[in-house]
Amino acid sequence: MEQEIAIGAIEERAELPLVARMHDWVVTVDHKRLGLMYISGGLLFFVVAGLQAVTIRLQLAFPSNHLVPPQVFNRLLTMHGTAMVFLVGMPILTGFFNYLVPLMIGAHDMAFPRLNAFGFWLWLFGALLLYFSYLGADGLYGAGSAPDVGWFAYAPLTERAFSRGNSTDYWILSIFLTSVGSTATAINLVATIFCLRCKGMTLNKMPVLVWLTLVVAFLMLVALPPLSAAQAMLLLDRYLGAHFFDTQAGGSAILWQHFFWIFGHPEVYVLVVPAFAFASEIIPVFSRKVIFGYQVMVAASVAIGFISLSVWAHHMFSVGMTPAGNAFFATSTMLVGVPTGIKIFNWIGTIWGGKIRFRVPMLFSLGFLFQFMIAGLTGIMLAVAPFDWQLTDTYFVVAHFHYVLIGAIVFMIFAAIYYWFPKATGRMLSERLGQWHFWLFLIGFHMTFDTLHFAGIHGMPRRIYTYQPGRGLEAFNLIASIGAVLQAVAVVVLVINVIRSLVNGQEAGPDPWDAWTLEWTTTSPPPEYNFAVEPEVRSRRPLWDLKHPEDPDWLYE
Amino acid sequence: MAVAAALSPAPSTEPWTLPRRGRVGVLALILTESAFFSIFVAAYIFYIGKSLTGPYPRDVLSPPIINTICLLSSSLTIVLAVRALRLDKIGTFAFWWLVTLLLALEFLAGTGMEWYRLIYHRGLTIRTNLFATTYYSLVGLHALHVTVGMLMILIVMLLTLGKHVTRRYAEQVEVLSWYWHFVDAVWVVVFLTVYIIGR
Repeated sequence: MEQEIAIGAIEERAELPLVARMHDWVVTVDHKRLGLMYISGGLLFFVVAGLQAVTIRLQLAFPSNHLVPPQVFNRLLTMHGTAMVFLVGMPILTGFFNYLVPLMIGAHDMAFPRLNAFGFWLWLFGALLLYFSYLGADGLYGAGSAPDVGWFAYAPLTERAFSRGNSTDYWILSIFLTSVGSTATAINLVATIFCLRCKGMTLNKMPVLVWLTLVVAFLMLVALPPLSAAQAMLLLDRYLGAHFFDTQAGGSAILWQHFFWIFGHPEVYVLVVPAFAFASEIIPVFSRKVIFGYQVMVAASVAIGFISLSVWAHHMFSVGMTPAGNAFFATSTMLVGVPTGIKIFNWIGTIWGGKIRFRVPMLFSLGFLFQFMIAGLTGIMLAVAPFDWQLTDTYFVVAHFHYVLIGAIVFMIFAAIYYWFPKATGRMLSERLGQWHFWLFLIGFHMTFDTLHFAGIHGMPRRIYTYQPGRGLEAFNLIASIGAVLQAVAVVVLVINVIRSLVNGQEAGPDPWDAWTLEWTTTSPPPEYNFAVEPEVRSRRPLWDLKHPEDPDWLYE
Repeated sequence: MAVAAALSPAPSTEPWTLPRRGRVGVLALILTESAFFSIFVAAYIFYIGKSLTGPYPRDVLSPPIINTICLLSSSLTIVLAVRALRLDKIGTFAFWWLVTLLLALEFLAGTGMEWYRLIYHRGLTIRTNLFATTYYSLVGLHALHVTVGMLMILIVMLLTLGKHVTRRYAEQVEVLSWYWHFVDAVWVVVFLTVYIIGR
């Protein structure tokens, strides 16, 4: 280890002036810096879109409330949804992959470093374009401000006749740009994983996170183009007078729904499989056990990737498909539950009998496990077409997918932040503040989204900007709104924690968690070239082999 | 202590070969482009026969046979070019490469003529009806890809004339040729969809 510390010392260059350091970040092609910029950018938009969500909840806290006008509410709704998917989920997850994959496979960088930088800047400017719509979409027409057509922008509401001004164009172009950026990143990740693994790291010896990255990258390659293609068609409709979704010329509004959800459902897995990936790295380390059923875990993830491409129309049961169509999509949706259930059992199997350390990353992972299971169960309920007819477009659906997006994905993003922050910065996050963050967020989350299930069952529709008193919805909504504020407070605790640690955090050292994958062999933060000597591995836990030469893993794998 | 030695108590002497990043990268690009095209093809097939007004495909379209022959044979000529480059026969390479470029140009010119005829003589524009909407977008999307491929072929041609292209770059040129094969394969699908099934 002495040599690695010496390498770290060489890295510390003389302090450059601020402008020069910022310039370094702008022109960088280093996967670690790009990864950190993705994550920081994503967290910034997380705060913005989160504040929009809090505003929505405050508007809905009381019946017949008038905090914001209906038009503003529609914009809040659209921007919150669009931003959370494309400006928060995607960049944070690709940021982690960018940062971790080359380190975990013992490479010096991604396969195409400049393409990587290109993808990031495309994403950033696409993201800024979406929020610029608040200023820019007034444009020449004076009609509209930010997009207000909902995050899935159903036709023909988005056609020129119904959506005047430029707001929908901002939605189209900004998401198109970020999607192209994400596609570039996906190509890069696939090439990196196939072509840059260090000696000895066969596919069967890659960390689970790297395997799941591969699944996500393939899903992105296949699932993002349908959205981009549909957006291109919509743009042709709006600007050249084409008729793709123009119902008056024989065009089909349902076709847009198909195209959107062919993208939209795999996108859910693009976002949640990274959460699985973080869980599969964090849970074993904090249970002090090797992951239970590595091959089955990988096979289940690949199966999820394939099945998720054939379930999209379960978002469309209420449009009136044929019985055969309903039956097919209901069955395929339930089928996804099988590999997903396998994964949950494998994580439980990993924890079972382990020497569990209840540190903050593990707490968030346990929350994830519990909440993701409930999200899966309500998902199976909604897969039953008649049940869906009853509850589609109610708050039950909202509660269900927020259980996935927050209960599973955001919880695992927090876990990943606590787990890898020491690697990226060399400083530990405070355990005490982390506990506050976890408990506040957990309580706030359950106050909001447990109750919203019941509001939905009681018939509260999605997307309404207010509701009348005396319909039995007041208590649910008030509790949900208080929960939203608690979650916001929890995020403030995280921000304080991060700033305090950056200024004055405890030194982390190269391997603070006594972990097993390659990123922990190098210094924290790693040098620009990652590894001074190219690593060579013989098992899935190279650091275990290093620390326990008397009982290495490769004897048994 | 050296990480490499420590991580592997008995360093293996087996050769460690991995696929080349350019090849994997272009295959991934082809996969994602295929997904993009398939949506446009799906829209085309979905809207066959759904136009509310004419002109209809059988009134105005005739299969562009010569164009198709040119484009498909360009896949053959590019293979011959890459093979020549691998053997370091720069002259032969330049010849076949130029032929590929000319065939691509012919295809684009043919598409341009077809569009000119449709727009100026038959009055068919993208806003005429659903057939025109889907026809111009699908064929146009493909023509856009041919244009991009042709520009890249042109760049390599110029580099060849500047004597920069040698056997060293055979792999890069081959990767470009894979993209070109993809564009040709897409044309087979577009041709069948638009001129055979859709007519």
